[in-house]
Parts: sequence; structure tokens; C-alpha cells
Amino acid sequence: MAATASANSLTSTFLPRQGVYGSSHQSIQLRTQKFARKAGSGTITAKFELQPPPYPMDALEPHMSSRTFEFHWGKHHRAYVDNLNKQINGTELDGKTLEDLILVTYNKGAPLPAFNNAAQAWNHQFFWESMKPNGGGEPSGELLELINRDFGSYDTFVKEFKAAAATQFGSGWAWLAYKPEEKKLAVVKTPNAENPLVLGYTPLLTIDVWEHAYYLDFQNRRPDYISIFMEKLVSWEAVSSRLKAATA
Amino acid sequence: MSWCCCNSVCTSSSRQLLATSDLSSIPSRVSNAGLKQKRSLRGVPKVFAYYGLKTPPYKLDALEPYMSQKMLEVHWGEHHCGYVEALNKQLEKNDMLYGCTMDELIKVTYNNGNPLPEFGVAAQVWNHDFFWESMKPGGGDMPKLGLLQLIEKDFGSFTNFKEKFIEAALTLFGSGWIWLVLNREEKRLAIIKTSNAVNPLVWNDIPLIGLDLWEHAYYLDYKNDKANYVNVFMNHLVSWDAALGRMARAQAFVNLGEPKIPVA
Repeated sequence: MAATASANSLTSTFLPRQGVYGSSHQSIQLRTQKFARKAGSGTITAKFELQPPPYPMDALEPHMSSRTFEFHWGKHHRAYVDNLNKQINGTELDGKTLEDLILVTYNKGAPLPAFNNAAQAWNHQFFWESMKPNGGGEPSGELLELINRDFGSYDTFVKEFKAAAATQFGSGWAWLAYKPEEKKLAVVKTPNAENPLVLGYTPLLTIDVWEHAYYLDFQNRRPDYISIFMEKLVSWEAVSSRLKAATA
Repeated sequence: MSWCCCNSVCTSSSRQLLATSDLSSIPSRVSNAGLKQKRSLRGVPKVFAYYGLKTPPYKLDALEPYMSQKMLEVHWGEHHCGYVEALNKQLEKNDMLYGCTMDELIKVTYNNGNPLPEFGVAAQVWNHDFFWESMKPGGGDMPKLGLLQLIEKDFGSFTNFKEKFIEAALTLFGSGWIWLVLNREEKRLAIIKTSNAVNPLVWNDIPLIGLDLWEHAYYLDYKNDKANYVNVFMNHLVSWDAALGRMARAQAFVNLGEPKIPVA
């Protein structure tokens, strides 16, 4: 009979859940790791769980359809999490936080087998939380100041971000990231599962440019998808809150 | 300058280029390069070489229900066409690359592993031509004659080859292609995975079958179910006739039958 110990909540840079699902949590909780103790055997296995996006699946219509979420979250993201759990179960990677797992399995550019699933699990969670219903608009406050300082203007930043997303050949992601050493913002594009964590940067915003992210809604029209993302989906609150945590 | 994804709706002009070219005597399916004459102000004709979009060797609904007409309309009509247009646009700025055959262009722009900006689109144009011709209505089944013999020799059995091919397809991460090739040096068949636009021409191998594993190749029909797409390709789409033809041609370049003569 397996007894489940209480969930170990992890702090991360993701924004607190609020709004649609009611109460906002004090602690920033992204992933719950449930530790299951099997009676008699003494084994502890940690399992990552697939968290739902912080809004209902049809909340981003018509800009991102609920059909897309059904597949993108329900199949792709779920598969990354499930496969990751299978890969690390019983190995020395078991029990690590997801961020640690990513850095360890990145293995300085010679990635171990679990890297793709770990990074993709993280990337997708980050992506859902980079968007919100009635998103878009423009950033404000400290974030806008930094954008103006490091890109010249918000429009220049948007242009650079869109270009990075459009020119990432094949599968990948485009990011706004904070470089802690230089204390500067930067736009970064990464292939496949890579993300700025492995570069030592702090991610602030991302857009998924794997074709599965936009194919049902936009087919090959990636630039349209990117524009809609910027105009209608981006959660500047999430970005600001991540910046605050990064510069604290 | 990095590759830019083509966001314009594919114009009909590139599809009609071959029909209006001076090389109208050459069947448009064969020629992949056209010549256009433009008179400059001094009346001396300037010649520009460009690439045209080849049509698949079957109608767009011919692969139903395994690959839908809609899928082909978008994949060929938007993606493949987009690559051709993007290539022509990039070549406008770089006369060094004019007049190459597609094969040459790919090898030159691959630049020994440090690809030039034109590589992505050039290779994707070639890859997609090859992909359409790797399939046929009523495809699947098994290869015959010499190709079957070679597969059995190099993989043990056709079943084993099929398993390995599907496994390779399912373990490819990100965008890319799976190929059955004839390895020129080793003179044997091999299954190769490549990322993004890379294809076996860059290693001087001879491709026999190509399978597009970019998500755009299957998403409308199969969504995330890549396994289903790959199995359907092997069972209902792959053109072993095309592969046999390519194999026969390859034997003009690779001598498979030569006995090993021991050197004293």
C-alpha cells in the first residue's frame, strides 16, 4: 500500500496562479513532486506532473484555438512529462528539480537522453504562463524601461523578437531573456529543446515555434502566428514578475 | 543573413515559369532550372537562372486517404513553393551561385558543415522534390529484384529494414528527414537521420527514399501521431519503383559487384 508523502513545493520563477482559477497562491508553485513510498521496499520515486495552463483551454480563442491546446498541451506536453518520468525513474536523476535536471542533462552541450524531455516539459509550462486571455498590449514600469534601454525602443524589441521567431529554422523557440552577468535584456533563439537556462540566462518570455504550436491554426503562416502572439496573447504581467524575481 | 520563412502566399508565377521559358521543348517535370532573358537598356540580353517548382508526379488527391489533398495543397503549394521563391530571391543577391544544378548548389552552400544562408532553402527545395517522388498512389508493399536483394543482404530481411527505418523515424527529435541511402564508400545500404534541411548529398551518398519528418508533413492528417504517419508511409505510400530506378542509376556510379581481389 503506497503512502503518499505531502507534496514538496518548489519555488521557481513562474508567476503565481491567480484569476481564472480563483485564489492566488502565496508561494510560487509550478511543479508538485509527489513522493510515493512503497511499503516494504523503501523506494522513493519522484514524479513530475503535467500542470494545466493557468486558464481554460478555450480562453485564448480565437487567437489560439482550444483544439490546438487539446493537442499541444494534451498530447505533446503530456508526452514530454510522461516520457521524462519513465526515463528518470529509478536513476540518479530521480528526485532532482526540473531546472537542475535540465542543466545536468544538458551536459555542457553533449546532452544526455533525458535532456529533450526535461527541457521540453519546462519550456511548455513556461510558454503557457507567458500567455493570458486578453493579453498583448505593451509592457510598463521597470520592464519597459529596461526594454527601452537595451533595445532602443519597444518597437525595435518587437521587431527583433519577431525576426528571431521567424528565422529559427526548423523547430525551436524564441526568447526574451535577462543576462545576469551583463544585467541586460536580450532576444535569443534556440533550436529544438534548448532554452536560455543552459546559457546561464534567465528566461522572461517565450514563443514556441515548433510547427505543432501553430499548424492547426495557421498552417505555414508562422509570421501571422508570431504577430498574433505579440498583439493578443503575451502576458506582460508574467514577464514583469519574472524580471522582478531575476533582478531582486 | 539567416533564412527567412516565406510569408507571402505562393504566387502562381513561379509555377508557370517552366511553361513560358525558352526551354519549352523539355518536359517541365524534368527540368528544374529555367532561363529567362531580359533585355537591358543597351539591348544586350541578360540571362538569369532560376529554379521552378516541380509538380508531384500524381494529382494532389491521388494519395488519399493516406495523405490528404489538403495536406498536399499546403505542403506542396505553400511550403515547397515558399522554399522555391525564397531560394530565387536569395540567389538574386548572389551571382556566384548562378547556373548551378541543384545538387551542386546544395554541396556548395553546405560548405563542409558551415552552411551558407542559401543552404536551408536550397536543400529543402531538393528534399521536397525527392519526397514527392519517393511516394506514389498505391505505394507500399515491398521492393523487388535487385533492390530487395540488397536490402536483404544489408539488413538481413525486409522486415528488419522496415523496423529499423520506423525506429529511426520515431527517434528523430525536432525537424528533419529519414533516408534510405546507398553509401558510396562502403557500397552498402544505410538508414540515415538528418536534421532540418540536411540531406545525404552533402556526404556524397546516394539517396533512394526520403521521408519528411518536419511536423508540417503530417500535422494536418495525423496531428501528433507520428508513428501512424510513418507506418502509413511504409505500408501505403513509399514508391519502391522510384527507389529501384534510383538504385539502377546509382550502379553507374558505385560498383557493387566487384569482387575483392587480394593484393599480393
